[in-house]
Amino acid sequence: MKARVFVTLKNGVLDPQGKAIRHALEGLGFAGVNDVRAGKMIELDLADGTSDADIDAMCAKLLANTVIENYRIEKLG
Amino acid sequence: MKSAVIVFPGSNCDRDMAVAIEQASGVKPVMLWHRETEIPAGIDLIAVPGGFSYGDYLRSGAMASRSPVMAAVKAAADKGVMVLGVCNGFQVLTESGLLPGALMRNAGIHFVCRDVALTVENSQSAFTSRYQAGEQITIPVAHHDGNYFADAVTLDWLEGEGRVAFRYAESVNGSARNIAGILNEGGNVLGMMPHPERACEPAHGNTDGARMFAGLVEGMMASA
Repeated sequence: MKARVFVTLKNGVLDPQGKAIRHALEGLGFAGVNDVRAGKMIELDLADGTSDADIDAMCAKLLANTVIENYRIEKLG
Repeated sequence: MKSAVIVFPGSNCDRDMAVAIEQASGVKPVMLWHRETEIPAGIDLIAVPGGFSYGDYLRSGAMASRSPVMAAVKAAADKGVMVLGVCNGFQVLTESGLLPGALMRNAGIHFVCRDVALTVENSQSAFTSRYQAGEQITIPVAHHDGNYFADAVTLDWLEGEGRVAFRYAESVNGSARNIAGILNEGGNVLGMMPHPERACEPAHGNTDGARMFAGLVEGMMASA
């Protein structure tokens, strides 16, 4: 089974990369991009039967730094 | 005084750190590879050096903080062994939970590599005893992810307990409250982005960093 983990910065945490991307989009002539927040997606190929609790622990212990980041798990079956 | 310098794949300030400690203490530090699971007996000071451990994969310091040797460093820190984390070492210490907060991408996006002015906020710690509170010193920085972040409650808590050791005296990386270095609750763990080991000899251009190592050694000799 596969699972995708989406790691994003918490609200209120400054995202300099997102800001730079927004400026670059503006530079390319795209108007109306109010804000950009960049994150990452991590795809896990897991043994069948890996528990939700284990996937959650992987996120909390390593994949996300919960001081600054949120994570969301999407199971692909 | 016995010391150890941790070496991760991608560390690049480990030997500079060893030279600085040896110059201050007269004893060569033990170099400890990241796969080690124990800190040798009798070590008084552990340095977690700068560099790009594990290529900064995932987040700066994230992989290193989960390496076998860091479990031993945490256990040693809990027993009161002095731990100094510089630059990537500071990132490793926050990622491992030995220090609160996180180090994020510099607010200005750019890698910053230059001398910066720091204000010594706390001269009572074992690391800063050779400085005066309020004194301005110059120490070089070289980092991409030095933008210190913690929530307001944590920042107030750090400030209230005098745990901000150094503050930038100029705009550097967008750090919350210009924090450049912080202490743990016990005062035996210091993490800082600037590199004191790069300001230890006249040939480096200044020797403000040497006082940190001299003060540390002096304190440990006195308590030994």
